Amino acid sequence: MSDVALALGGASFDGLVNIEELAGQGMVTLRGDLSDTTIISAVKDVFGVTLPGTRETAFDGAQGALWMSPDEALLLCPYEEALQRADELSAKLHGSHALVVNVSDARAVFRLKGVMLREVIAKLAPVDMSPDAFTPGMVRRTRMAQVAAAFWMDDANTARIVCFRSVAAYMFGILSVSADDASAVNHFTR
Amino acid sequence: MLLINCPYCGVAAEETELHAGGEAHLKRFGPDSSDDDFTGYLFHRENPKGVHFERWRHVNGCGKWFHAARCTNTLEVFGTYSAQTTEPPKDLLDTLRAKRPGFKWRNIA
Ligand SMILES: [Zn+2]
Repeated sequence: MSDVALALGGASFDGLVNIEELAGQGMVTLRGDLSDTTIISAVKDVFGVTLPGTRETAFDGAQGALWMSPDEALLLCPYEEALQRADELSAKLHGSHALVVNVSDARAVFRLKGVMLREVIAKLAPVDMSPDAFTPGMVRRTRMAQVAAAFWMDDANTARIVCFRSVAAYMFGILSVSADDASAVNHFTR
Repeated sequence: MLLINCPYCGVAAEETELHAGGEAHLKRFGPDSSDDDFTGYLFHRENPKGVHFERWRHVNGCGKWFHAARCTNTLEVFGTYSAQTTEPPKDLLDTLRAKRPGFKWRNIA
């Protein structure tokens, strides 16, 4: 298989947090009624996770599902498996009112690592990032500065951010500015 | 700044996550309608100082359209509700009647 051509060639930045463009995250968009039992069991069969509730995530190792809207989920898996899993899910949902498409190459994914990640995100998105309001297990679709984005926390010190590939350079730029060592606000004390 | 609860994802969305979609509950009049009906549908809008019903879209979020009842004067948001309806839900109307006695908006009071 040919190499994955990343939008920014795996760019990284070290500041208040470590920022890294992730190499090849498999992403499959599913549109359909997420409460439909046929869809729920098909996703469980192919991606190994139960579709999460409103604004929640579900993970099993490298596979996962993110709640995007009442009729949309973003399914995660290793990059090289995305096409096959999308086809498999599509076949299982034949006849159901649903759409499945591999969007791995349409997106860029950044990982933030460090205790300051809440602050780095809070500077860019109109989202309450306090530990009482946003926790691992949740996903948030929003904007970051001027572009659409979605992010979730894998644990207290790790977050992943997804945006359109076409704005990857912009996203990396604003994240790097927000994580500049000289820009600490120290708003979140835990 | 407005904070409006999206009824689909439950987020208290800040104004910049939303897109305003104009007046709610318009009835569409198409090519075979009378000139008066078509003109009304196309051009005549409510412009109240007070209770207003609007469409909003959670554009930087779940992407869904929904309805909101809001005061154009104080910016108080009374409530939001599904886009799949042609009129405000009863509990919201009860809230409005209690908070703003005598309000009138088109044929809703
Ligand atoms: Zn929403």
